[in-house]
Amino acid sequence: MNIVVLCKQVPDTESKIKLLGDNSNYDQEGIKWVLNVYDEYAVEEALKTREAGKAAKVTVLGLGPKRCEEALRTALAMGADDAIHVEDPALDGADAFAVAKALAGALKGVDYGVILCGKVAVDDDMGAVPQMLAELLGIAQVTVVSKVEIEGDTVKAYRDVEGGAKEIVQAKMPVLLAATKGLNEPRYASLPGIMKAKRKPLVKKTAADVGSSAAENKTKVAGWSLPAARLAGKVFKEGELADRVAQVVKLLREEAKAL
Amino acid sequence: MSNVLVFAELRGAEPKKVSFEMLSAAKQIAAATGGQVIAAAIGDGLSGLGAKLGAYGATKVFVANGVAKYSTEGFAHILAGLIKQENPAVVLLGATAQGKDLAPRLAAKLGVGLASDIVGFRMDGNKFVAKRPVFAGKAFTEVTFLAAPAIATVRPNVLPIGETNGAAAAEAVLAADLGGPKAQIIEIVAGVSKRLDLTEADRIVSGGRGIKDKTNFKILEELADVIGASVGASRAAVDAGYADVSMQVGQTGKTVNPTLYVACGISGAIQHLAGMRTSKVIVAINKDPEAPIFQVADYGIIGDLFEAVPLMTAEAKKLLA
Ligand SMILES: Cc1cc2nc3c(=O)[nH]c(=O)nc-3n(C[C@H](O)[C@H](O)[C@H](O)COP(=O)(O)OP(=O)(O)OC[C@H]3O[C@@H](n4cnc5c(N)ncnc54)[C@H](O)[C@@H]3O)c2cc1C
Ligand SMILES: Nc1ncnc2c1ncn2[C@@H]1O[C@H](COP(=O)(O)O)[C@@H](O)[C@H]1O
Repeated sequence: MNIVVLCKQVPDTESKIKLLGDNSNYDQEGIKWVLNVYDEYAVEEALKTREAGKAAKVTVLGLGPKRCEEALRTALAMGADDAIHVEDPALDGADAFAVAKALAGALKGVDYGVILCGKVAVDDDMGAVPQMLAELLGIAQVTVVSKVEIEGDTVKAYRDVEGGAKEIVQAKMPVLLAATKGLNEPRYASLPGIMKAKRKPLVKKTAADVGSSAAENKTKVAGWSLPAARLAGKVFKEGELADRVAQVVKLLREEAKAL
Repeated sequence: MSNVLVFAELRGAEPKKVSFEMLSAAKQIAAATGGQVIAAAIGDGLSGLGAKLGAYGATKVFVANGVAKYSTEGFAHILAGLIKQENPAVVLLGATAQGKDLAPRLAAKLGVGLASDIVGFRMDGNKFVAKRPVFAGKAFTEVTFLAAPAIATVRPNVLPIGETNGAAAAEAVLAADLGGPKAQIIEIVAGVSKRLDLTEADRIVSGGRGIKDKTNFKILEELADVIGASVGASRAAVDAGYADVSMQVGQTGKTVNPTLYVACGISGAIQHLAGMRTSKVIVAINKDPEAPIFQVADYGIIGDLFEAVPLMTAEAKKLLA
């Protein structure tokens, strides 16, 4: 059984987001790019599964401009075996559907039992590509997965739902699993791992190869805006703590109407 | 005939609050598209949904009864069938554990677009334009749709509930046919907390590393009991084992939208703010006057949380008595 892991490159969560002058997009200048945190959990789970003898090979798959190679190399340095990079200007501005369609196309002829990915990309916050991909491939999906058990070709996945409850979902392979925090502790790439990653195979595919392009988009981002700044609040530091607390509670009731 | 369809998510057999929020939004959308608000519900032991959903603006409710457990593929199958039959212009689902799992699958099945976790919308003529946060609320995008229907998941606790005195809606039966899903829920493990999930809570009391020990969460629980809040935590508190991972608020935890958020012993790191900055009122209790949390707090109390929180509990008890 082989595993495919979807890897997206996103701005580091520390990034300050500024917009371009015409509000058509965010400004990518000076951004530090990293592998999406939830995809790190996915890579780690794939590697653990292979190390437990339940998978033969781990392939990572990513779509995006040239720089996304770095995210794929990060996953290879962690221990993945090979990579597929869908890179084509025709996919610039692809929405979740067009991306899912391209990823589905890239998986044609690839033999897999499990697709692992993140539950959400921390740039667009969509949480949609995994489910769309599972539908396009006609396979089972489990999202927000915090634990996976594999027995033969049966997969049991624990899905985190409201109030800390978990739904245990079972399906036969092939199945797509979208990881959340708690699944595992992702390893760091070792120095030898980083050296080795440079020589691991990375196959390029074009939009034509995978049968998708921005023409498949079903949505369009019409514009960007920034949130209104929060006005500076009242800080209570002088006087007895009890009086200050009492004042805040009173204001919560009378001014803020929050109690 | 440009109706708006709301997937009315249920808790047990009752509609969740977000279902009412969506119906109210759907009424505004339908006013612009010149259609009606229709609703769909899937569950078990359902009754009286025509009246319950009609009150908030639905004129027709399609009910699939006898489905005891959620199934992504099964629910997508039922809703896709209904959408093909009714041709709505816009379809709304909750941005809940269920809606977030279901909506993208449904959109792909229909070959249409999705905007997730929307916090607002406007009508450009009869075209639905959705507003959604990206980068955990550091920015917003406006999304337009190139295919019909437009599907969106709606973040709970954000859109206002309008009129609640509508006439009972007509009920229609929806076949409870899941279409042979490949994945099945075989067991549900109940959560530890009896409180409302953070994503739905109207008030939240959160603790950070400053809480120092798991047992100290008790003082936050006591405040939460008095003001009717749910209890959250920072990642540092979760990583230190003080709190369950389901309680984490922030970039890699939950995004919350309560009326009141009380941050106790939380410094206010950017990844924490990402999950709670849209709270309507933020109170911070921290002994460090330089803590960044004070830059977003509406009311800040500089002081020791172990003294301030019990005092707040006592004050709130007096006030709410
Ligand atoms: C990729 C990534 C994702 C992340 N995701 C999240 C996330 O989802 N959620 C999240 O919260 N963090 C997240 N973090 C971590 C984040 O950067 C911070 O490390 C974390 O939020 C700090 O938690 P804290 O405020 O509880 O702890 P600290 O920063 O250690 O702050 C503790 C605070 O408690 C105060 N304090 C101590 N004792 C008392 C007392 N007795 N009374 C009053 N105040 C007291 C201190 O003054 C201090 O301000 C993420 C980080 C990364 C890199
Ligand atoms: N361009 C992409 N390349 C590879 N994987 C992706 C891409 N976009 C999304 N994914 C995967 O889908 C998950 C959810 O992304 P999203 O739906 O964009 O929030 C991510 O964590 C990735 O695992």
